[in-house]
Amino acid sequence: MAEISYRQALHDTLRSEMQRDENVFLIGEEIGIFEGSYKITAGLLAEFGPMRVRDTPIAEEGFAGVAIGAAMLGLRPVVEFMTINFSLLALDQIVNHAAKIHAMFGGQSSIPMVIRTPGGGGQQLAATHSQNLEVWYAHVPGLKVVAPSNPADAKSLLTAAIRDDDPVLVLENLSLYNTKGEVPDGEQLAEIGTAAVPREGNDLTVITYSRGVRIALEVAAEFAKDGVSIEVVDLRSLRPLDRRTFCESVRKTSRAVVLEDDWLSYGIGAEVAASVQEGAFDYLDAPVRRVAAAEIPLPYSKPLELASLPDGAALSKVIREVLDATRFGR
Amino acid sequence: MTDVMMPRLSDTMEEGVVSRWLMKVGDRVHKGDVLAEIDTDKTTMDLEAYEEGVLEQLLVPEGETVKIGLRIAVIGDGSGTAAPAAEPGTAPAAEPRPSPAEAPGSLAPPAPAGPPPVPGAGVPRSGPESEPPERVLRSPLARRIAREHHLDLAAIKGTGPGGRIVRADVEDAVHAAEGTEGHPAEQPPSGAPAAAAASAPAAVTAPATAPMPAGGTDVELPLNANQRITAERLSESAAVPTFCLTAVVDADRLLAFRAEINQRLAGAGVKLSVTDLLVRASAVALRLHPEVNSSWGGNKIIRRGGVHVGIAVALETGLIVPVIRDADRKSVGQIAAEAKELATRAREGKLAPAEFKGGTFTISNLGMFGIDNFTAIINPPEAAILAVGSAVQEAVVRDGQLGTRSAIKLTMTVDHRVLNGASGAAFLRDLTSILEEPLRIVV
Repeated sequence: MAEISYRQALHDTLRSEMQRDENVFLIGEEIGIFEGSYKITAGLLAEFGPMRVRDTPIAEEGFAGVAIGAAMLGLRPVVEFMTINFSLLALDQIVNHAAKIHAMFGGQSSIPMVIRTPGGGGQQLAATHSQNLEVWYAHVPGLKVVAPSNPADAKSLLTAAIRDDDPVLVLENLSLYNTKGEVPDGEQLAEIGTAAVPREGNDLTVITYSRGVRIALEVAAEFAKDGVSIEVVDLRSLRPLDRRTFCESVRKTSRAVVLEDDWLSYGIGAEVAASVQEGAFDYLDAPVRRVAAAEIPLPYSKPLELASLPDGAALSKVIREVLDATRFGR
Repeated sequence: MTDVMMPRLSDTMEEGVVSRWLMKVGDRVHKGDVLAEIDTDKTTMDLEAYEEGVLEQLLVPEGETVKIGLRIAVIGDGSGTAAPAAEPGTAPAAEPRPSPAEAPGSLAPPAPAGPPPVPGAGVPRSGPESEPPERVLRSPLARRIAREHHLDLAAIKGTGPGGRIVRADVEDAVHAAEGTEGHPAEQPPSGAPAAAAASAPAAVTAPATAPMPAGGTDVELPLNANQRITAERLSESAAVPTFCLTAVVDADRLLAFRAEINQRLAGAGVKLSVTDLLVRASAVALRLHPEVNSSWGGNKIIRRGGVHVGIAVALETGLIVPVIRDADRKSVGQIAAEAKELATRAREGKLAPAEFKGGTFTISNLGMFGIDNFTAIINPPEAAILAVGSAVQEAVVRDGQLGTRSAIKLTMTVDHRVLNGASGAAFLRDLTSILEEPLRIVV
C-alpha cells in the first residue's frame, strides 16, 4: 500500500486498465500530446500510441458521439471532458443516447463507456468553469454517476466504471487532485452504488460526497474533542444512490446533515433529505438540514468565491444548530 | 358522551378498516391522541381524538370494515366503561347518523353546547363550533418513543425550536413516570438494556405457560412494550459479530461451599444461589480483566469504570436484566439480598430505569431448568454475556482413577469487535479457577 495522490491514482488506473484490456481507449481534448489539462494522461500517448489515446478537436458532442458508436461496436472508450462545464455541449449525446440506447433497442446493445470530468469551484475559474453539475446527470436513469472522495476510491471506482457495461460518469473534483491517501496495491474494484462510512459515530450523521467528505471528516474530528460523536457517510455513488446505508446511519443517530458542493435547490441534498424522510422518519429528532453552495453563479473574486462555497465553519454551524434543537448534551 | 365515527380520510373513501386500536377501554383520551389506525382505500392513517375523556367502548374489532360515518368507539366521562366492547358486527347495528352535520364526511363530534350545526355543511374533519385540535409540535422520534410508552404528548412540554417535543423531553417524561408509580404496563425505555439474552430467560421463576387455545384455533398475542423493545434490542444485537467460548467448571467445591454457607447461616437469613456466587466470581474476574468489562462505542471501545453485573430475569411478559452495581465491591450476602429484591420488583414491573441500565456484563443462568449448556445473545453494548448451565454429574479420570464430579458448563458469547479469542479465554480461565477455589469468591 502506497500513499499517492488522487491524480496519480487516476493515472495509474487508466494505465493498468489499458494494459489489461486492449479495447480500452482514451478520447478527448489535449489528452495526448499535451498530456491532459490536469496531467492525468501523462505518458499514455507515448506508451499506447495515437490509436488508443485520441486527441480530438474542440467538439464535445462529436467525440462523445464517436465514443458511443465505438462502445456499441465493442470498444471501451474513456472520454475526458476538460471540465464538466464543457460536457453541456455533449448533453444530447450523453442523456439521449448513451443513457437510453440499451433500453430503447431492447438490450441489443450496451454502452460500456466512461466519462471522466473534473468539476467544482474554489480555483478562481469564475462562474462558467466552476460548476457542480452532478445532479444533472444523477437525475437520468441509464447513467451511473460516481464521485470518489479519496485516492483509493478514485482507483477502485474508476476501475469499476471502465469494466461496467453501462455508461458511467466519474466526477473528479479539482480541489482533490493533489490530495494524498493510502491506495491498496493490486486490483481494486468498488461496487458502484455502495456508500462508505469513513467515520462511525452515534450522535449525528453527515451525509456527503467528493470534496465534502474531507470537510466532514475534519469537522467530525473537531466535534469529537467536545464529546460529540459524528458519523460520516460518503455517498461515493450518486446514481445508484445507496439509500440503505445512510438511512441506517440516521436510524442510529436520529440527526442528519447533508453537505454538498452543488446548489441547494433540487440538489443532491434534496434527494438525500427526501430519502431519509422516507426511510427513517420515525427516527428523526430534528429536520434534516442541508449545507450547500450559495445559489449564485460562482464569483471570480477569491474571497467571494470562498464565501459562497460550503466549508467546515458552515457545516459546524448547522451541526451545532441541530444539536441544540434536540437538546444534545443538556 | 361522544361517538367516534369512521372518518372520511380520502375523497374516494367509502369504507375503512380499523386495522389496529392503539388505545384500550378505560384509557384517558386527550385531544390529538391517536385512537386507531385506519386502512383506507389508499393508505393507513391515524385516527385522532377530538375530545377529552375516557375511552368507554370500542365497538369494532381490529380488522373489521366499517362504512364511513358509523360509530366505532365511544368517549365519555368514564362511567360507561363497563359496557361490553368490540363485538363483531356491532358497528353496522349503529345506524347511520341522522343529523346532517353528523353525515359521512364529518368526524366532528356534536358539540354539546354550541349552536345547531348548519345543515349540509360539508365540514372537513372538524365542525366550526368545535375547537380545532391543538397542534403539538413533536419530532417523529419523540412521537415514536411516546407511542411505545403510551405517553400522552400533550402532557409533555417541548423544549425544541418553537416548543417542539424532542427525544430528550419524552425520555425525561418516561423516567419521571417510571420513577413514580407511573404506567405499570410500561417497561424500560428504548435503548435500555432491558432485553438481553434471547435464549436466556434466567434466574428465579419459570416463565408462565398459557393454556392451549380451545378448539384448535390460533390466538394472536399482541406484544407489550417490553416484548417489543426486547425484540428490537435482540435484532440489534444480531448485527454484533460474536464468537462463543465454553469452559467446564469442576463445581464440587463450589456446591459444597454454597451448601455449607447456607446451612451455617440459615439462622441469619442468608441463602445464596449459584447465580449469586457467579455474580460475585464474575465481578472479581472482571476486575482482573478490564478488557472484558468494556462496551462497544461505535467508533471506540469504552473501558468501563465500574463493574456492574446484570442478571437476566424471565418475566411472564418478557425479559429484563436488573443490574447489581459495583458487584466487585459487595459481599456475596449483599449481592444475594440485592438480587432477590431486584428480581422480585422486576416481576412486579417496578424497576426504576437506573436499576436495569448501565450494566457492564450479563449473566444468564438456565441451570435450574436442567439446561446443560447454551449460548446467550449479547446485551449491547456490553462486550460479553455468560450463559450458565446446570451442574451435572460426569465421569472424570483423576490420577488414572475413574471418578465423578459435578460439572457446570459456562459459555461466554463475546463481541469480537471488543475482544479477541485469547483475551476472552484468559478471562474464562480465571473465572473458572475462581469458581473452583470458592474461597477466592469471598475474599
